[in-house]
Formats: sequence, structure tokens, C-alpha cells
Amino acid sequence: MTAQTKQEIAEANRRRYEELRAAGQELALKGLPEPTALDGAPIAADAVIHREQVPGGWYATLRLRRGEALRIVDDSGGSSVSLIGWREEDTSERVNCADTVKVQWSAAISKGRVILSDMGRVLLSLVEDTSGAHDLLVGGSTPASTLAAFGATTRNTQQNFLAAAAKIGLDVRDIPPCVTLFAPVSLDDAGRFLWNPDRKRPGDFVDLRAEMNLIIVASNCAHPLDPARPAATGPVTLIKHRAPPPGDDDLCRTASPEAARAFAFTDRLYA
Amino acid sequence: MTSISDGAYACDIPAERPWSHVLRKGQTLRIIDSEGQQAVDALLYCADDPAERYSSQDTLRVQGSAYIELGTRLISNKGRVMARITADSCGRHDTSAGCCSCESNAVRFGEATKYQHACRENFILELSKHGLTKRDIVSNLNFFMNVPIDASGKFTVVDGISAPGNYVEVTAEMDVLFVISNCPQVNNPCNGFNPTPIRVEIRDTPGL
Repeated sequence: MTAQTKQEIAEANRRRYEELRAAGQELALKGLPEPTALDGAPIAADAVIHREQVPGGWYATLRLRRGEALRIVDDSGGSSVSLIGWREEDTSERVNCADTVKVQWSAAISKGRVILSDMGRVLLSLVEDTSGAHDLLVGGSTPASTLAAFGATTRNTQQNFLAAAAKIGLDVRDIPPCVTLFAPVSLDDAGRFLWNPDRKRPGDFVDLRAEMNLIIVASNCAHPLDPARPAATGPVTLIKHRAPPPGDDDLCRTASPEAARAFAFTDRLYA
Repeated sequence: MTSISDGAYACDIPAERPWSHVLRKGQTLRIIDSEGQQAVDALLYCADDPAERYSSQDTLRVQGSAYIELGTRLISNKGRVMARITADSCGRHDTSAGCCSCESNAVRFGEATKYQHACRENFILELSKHGLTKRDIVSNLNFFMNVPIDASGKFTVVDGISAPGNYVEVTAEMDVLFVISNCPQVNNPCNGFNPTPIRVEIRDTPGL
């Protein structure tokens, strides 16, 4: 390849990157919907498949078929829910926080965004979300973080994930970085993490629509940055339900060119 | 591989290639961005038990901030300090953006880019020498990669800020398998759209 051709390719790649960046970051300003209202998005009684309440400190493992959704409700407003998940047919494909933030040009996810796997496919769509305050950078609690926070090791997300993984034949090697819902983490100019308690309300919920067959673990433990002493963690309600089939104008499927491609690659699994 | 003095080690890693080496406790690895603006993706595993490995989220949680800098302790998924950043002539490094893969490139930049070499291909091949697989790949370190995150969460890979010869040093606090992918990405500015060679040097660290 001649030097000139190489230079031309580099310049074309830079132009494409700048165009994608501009489009991706403008989306956050004008294209994303308002959060779901706290009393919005009712689930029809006949769409509910299963409902359970998870006490503070505990976890639940759920299998979701493509097209089913999981509503997670922070009943008390004091909980955060750490989430990991694997593709049921090949558990080496799993939640990937890095690709989720990189592809969507944002470390913040909210209604209309997706959670991606490491294989360029969509695991979960945030089809409803009252909160928009979720963390993908800091992760869940651990034995060490609870000892530092509470003076004693308490139930924690790391050990919940280990236990949940073990019950489906997986182990520590299968546990990726997690998404934590209802965890209002932001950054100051120096890159230090901040906790924004005014962004948590009783009854906050998300609806996560499965875009492939999944095994999900939800751990209901205080986020390591949550300053409440003692921990304010209350029960959370999980409602597995049949989501309305996505239309051509589905919010998540059409949010951006990147999202559209990730859905196209996901659909091929089922074509 | 070149032996540079008693027990010391140095290696020039060509553009787009992987590398791995066991760093003994107390040894220091210097990673040199030989020509500048080159992202270096890195993973660490406990040499005695690779199920214990570098954890980006544990590292950021313990530090309380979002970037890898001088003094950062690299924390494992078991909460132990694996290594520390003991020298840095560049300034700021990422650990939230992960590595590039054929699959994520196709999503980010269009399907044609699926058939370009990527860090995850490097990691899979290099890890296979040590009995590890894709399953063992977690969110990695990106040395010399500039990924500012703003207050609203906006997340951008911007031009690499490292100059030719900039380096970062990592001192091991346990025996660690250190795995590098010299990033082949040509679709964003992390390598200045031109992947280049890097150099690694290992030495014993007196006083540790």
C-alpha cells in the first residue's frame, strides 16, 4: 500500500469516526425519550409470567426467553440491583459493560438504550425506565467493600454472583463486570465518583426486554458508593412478563445506527 | 526477545501483535509507546491461580475515581492488590472502554470492519498459550488511551495524548501473568489511525 493511500484511508476513517461521534452524542441531547412515569407502563395481568420479591442482601436467577421482559422495582427507594447475564445457549457470551458504554457513546444508560454482549449483540433493551440513574463503571459490593463500609462483612454482590453462577454450573471465570440499576453515580471534573441520592425514589422501575434467550442474575445489595449507614436496602420486586412485540419504530431498535446494527446481528441468531 | 543485562528482559512488540510474560513479585514492567499515540490493551492474571484476575470495577471502586494514573493499585476480582502504577510519563489511562473486537467493530463502524484484526483476536490467541479462553477475558486496561467521561456520562475515545517514548511502569505485588495486545484499531483515534510498535522492559525493583 502506498503511503498516500494509507494516509487517505486514515483520513477517511477519522471522518467516519467524527460523524459517528457527533451523531451518537447528539442522540443523548435530543433523541432519547423522557423517563417512564412512576405510575406509567402498567403490565396487563395476563402478561405476567412470574412475580417474586427479593429481600435485601439476596439474589435471584431468572431465565428469560427472547421477547420476555423483566420488571425490576425498587420498592423502598433504598435498593440498588446489580445485574449480570449470559446467553443461555453459550454462556461465554455475556453482559459486556465496556462495549455497552463504548458503542452508545455514554456511560449513562436510560430508557431507549441497550445492554450489549461481548459478541456485538443485544442482550437486553431498556424499554421502560423511571430512573435513568444506573452504574456501569464501579460495580457491585464485595466482602472488602462491605467490611470497609459497615465494619463487618455482610451479604454482598460478589458472593451472590458466585453462588448464583455455581447453581448453573458456572464459576468465578464466568462473572463479568456488572450493571447496577438504581445507582446514581456520576463523575466530577477530576474523574472522582459522586453519589446523587436525590435521583432515587420508592417505586423506581425498569423493564428489561430479553433480545436473546438469557440467564440473568439480579443481586439486591447496597451499591458500594451508597453512603447510607446502616444500609437502606429494602426488598425489590421482580416481574417476569411477556413484552409487547417490538414494532418497526421500536425505541431501542431504532435509537442509533449502532443499535440498529447490534439488533440486526442479534436477529440473525433467530433468522 | 533481547537480554539487556543480568536477568533483565526487553522486547519490541510489533504493531498489532500480542505478548505475554510472567512478572515476578517485585519486578517492574516498563511499557514504552515507542512512536507515540499507541493504545496498549492489557490483562493481568494471578500466575498461581488465573481464576483470580484484574478487575476494572474493583480497581475503580477502591480508588474512587475513573482513570488509571500514577499510584493506582490494580485490584483483582478477589480484592487483592496485583500491581501498582509506579511511574507514568503520560498522565491518564483508561480501564472502562474494554478492548476492540471484530464483533464490536462491526456494530460501531459498520459490518465491513468485522474483517479487521482486533485486540480480542490477539487476547484469545495469546491466552490460549496459558490454557485460558475467551471466557477469561474481562474489561482490560488501556494504557495510553484517552477516554474522557463527562458529568453526564458522555464517553469518547479521543486522540491519544502520549508522545514518542512516553512510558508507564507497573510493579507486580504478586506473580502475575501480564498479557498485552498492541492495539490494531484503525477506526478511531486511539492509535492516531496508525498502529505502531511498542517496547516492554522488565527489571527487578530494588527496595521492594
